[in-house]
Amino acid sequence: MIIRIVGEGQYEVPESFYDELNVIDNKIVDLVSEGNEEGYKSELAKLIESIKSCGSQIDDAEIVESDLIVPPEDLTFEEAKEVFKGEGIFED
Amino acid sequence: MGLFSRMETVVKSKMNKLMDRMEDPRETLDYSYEKQLEMLQDVKRGVAEVATSKKRLQLQRSKLQQNLEKLDSQARDAIKADREDLARLALERKTTLNTQIQGLDQQIEDLEKEQEKLVAAEKRLSTKVEVFRTKKETIKAQYSAAEAQVKINESVSGISEEMADVGLAIERAENKTENMKARASALDELIDTGTLDDLTSSGDDIDRELAKINSATTVDLELEKLKKEAGK
Repeated sequence: MIIRIVGEGQYEVPESFYDELNVIDNKIVDLVSEGNEEGYKSELAKLIESIKSCGSQIDDAEIVESDLIVPPEDLTFEEAKEVFKGEGIFED
Repeated sequence: MGLFSRMETVVKSKMNKLMDRMEDPRETLDYSYEKQLEMLQDVKRGVAEVATSKKRLQLQRSKLQQNLEKLDSQARDAIKADREDLARLALERKTTLNTQIQGLDQQIEDLEKEQEKLVAAEKRLSTKVEVFRTKKETIKAQYSAAEAQVKINESVSGISEEMADVGLAIERAENKTENMKARASALDELIDTGTLDDLTSSGDDIDRELAKINSATTVDLELEKLKKEAGK
């Protein structure tokens, strides 16, 4: 699957990592709904780091649509309330 | 809907409206390419804007640093002249200045990161725009209008996502620099008038009270150090 990290380009991530990333995604949804800003920040950083380490960056010359879009690491807590709700970014 | 999805929807709906209006879908390719070049110009402007803001903050920092050195020398002179009251005043101002400098250092670091991101985004988009240009000429030359539609949709969708991403990066950078500009203007005024309040202080009454105590302790320690140096 192709994941775009907003502001950082696209990554090709093997499908086998989907569940692992979904667990972090769901954890972020919980932290945001609990109002835990510190926990949210560190888990979002972890999600982005995991995508980068599991995947490989797509060449700039490739023009392809993404399957998933992950927000930037500096996403504010207020903005996060709009993004990380319900199932989050990764569908369960 | 997330912030990026909103941005992407705007870009894509503009493209779709355009495709509906054009008689030959291949015209869409030329128009989309024009839009991409405009976006590239926007990114270049965004990078320049961030660089200007950073330069301004760096200038302020060097002004404050000069003031800091002046206060330090004043404190030493005051001790030599047995004017502990003046030395204390100079050191109190020095503590406030130090806090300001730390705040500026953080802002400069943030802008550095912002600048790096935008430069990378510009490089990504620039490469994609060049690839798109080659693709569009191939599509126009090799396909009939009907056949071209599928190819056009693929290319335009992919590049629209990139444009939305870059658009968002510019918007976020602009918001950050706007906030910093306002603070920088306020700080400029304070530097000019010589009345430096602690702009970087935040938090509640307890935080501020603790900061005062901390500052007083710092001043006392520094005062003792200067006295020892001066043999007083």
